Amino acid sequence: MHEVSLANALIELVREQAVAAKASRVTRLVLEIGTLSHVDAHALRFAVDVAARGGPAEGAAVDILEPEGTAYCLDCETSVAIAARGALCPHCGGAKLLVQGGDEMRLKEMEVV
Amino acid sequence: MCSTCGCGQGEKRVEDLHHDHAHDHPHAHAHEHDGDDGHWHEHPHTHADGTTHAHPHGHDHAHADDHHHGHEPGAARLVTIERDILAKNDAIAAENRHALQAAKTLSLNLVSSPGSGKTALLVETLKRIGGEYPASVIEGDQETTADADRIRATGAPAIQINTGKGCHLDADMVRTGMSRLGLPSNGILFIENVGNLVCPAGFDLGEAHKVVIVSVTEGEDKPLKYSGMFAASSLMVVTKTDLLPHLDFDVDRLIDNARRINPTIGVLKLSAKSGDGMDHWMHWLETARALRLATD
Repeated sequence: MHEVSLANALIELVREQAVAAKASRVTRLVLEIGTLSHVDAHALRFAVDVAARGGPAEGAAVDILEPEGTAYCLDCETSVAIAARGALCPHCGGAKLLVQGGDEMRLKEMEVV
Repeated sequence: MCSTCGCGQGEKRVEDLHHDHAHDHPHAHAHEHDGDDGHWHEHPHTHADGTTHAHPHGHDHAHADDHHHGHEPGAARLVTIERDILAKNDAIAAENRHALQAAKTLSLNLVSSPGSGKTALLVETLKRIGGEYPASVIEGDQETTADADRIRATGAPAIQINTGKGCHLDADMVRTGMSRLGLPSNGILFIENVGNLVCPAGFDLGEAHKVVIVSVTEGEDKPLKYSGMFAASSLMVVTKTDLLPHLDFDVDRLIDNARRINPTIGVLKLSAKSGDGMDHWMHWLETARALRLATD
């Protein structure tokens, strides 16, 4: 359900950025939602669609990039790709992994007119 | 698209001289044309190997031009933003953190599933603090003031924030709560978040630590199922340990799972009801408070 809060925060950010860019309308949003973030891309897309209504981004296309998770293994001391938190190290099977990336929730860019 | 400089397909950026990292350049160039003139452009780049060069190339445009591209008003253009979606929440959280630091107040964001015993633990904790140092509570719940009433019965100041349909506290709600309640200088502000192991993980409130509370009546695999929260927490408190003799609950497995998500998470086991393990928790609080008092 916090996808709604996120969508509202996103649309507020979009509004500000649209003003800064002297844009009359926002036609596309490009988001980066890491696979390790606690966000469901499908739910977010729906929430953004609703939150955008009545504003400059109404009807905008939403592209969601989902960067993979990366972590540092404390056992074999290498950086590895992981599909989920709690995954074991694909090299050594170690369980002590510090997540380094893949939890981002960003507005990367937007297409405006 | 390149996340370092924002250049890339469709990006209408003219200044392109400081490129010193590797990537592809499928650029689209937008030009305004008044007629069917042929003309020349130069595009200097610096590539990964450090070489800078320009490609002079000629275009023959035989447009019978009644359209525009690029920077012309009315044309679509791509704007690079690269901002965190929760940047506004994070900025307010930073203000909260600053205010808490100035008041030498330790703040803890208590997170858990509904029914883990957060309020019972808080009530017992406040009794034990017993006015030795100031402590107050911000209570987050979707509805009712029941929890704040329970806290106030101990004599500690408390304020209830009802989030209505919201499933978590955010930094702005806590800022309002802090200003209405006042900060317990040199003491502890407990923030009891809405019972929910998913959403509160992403919302920084300005706290010093998130403390995740898990009761032994839940499953040992909670850390794996709700990893974001365990990753974000500094301490896991296992509650209701007085019930262990009646349950098939493997505390060690719970701890192993939590450490799989967060190798540095601290662990305490206690029962607010029997008092077992409460001394360790009180000691942890006093140590964390002493650290806050000792540092700027």
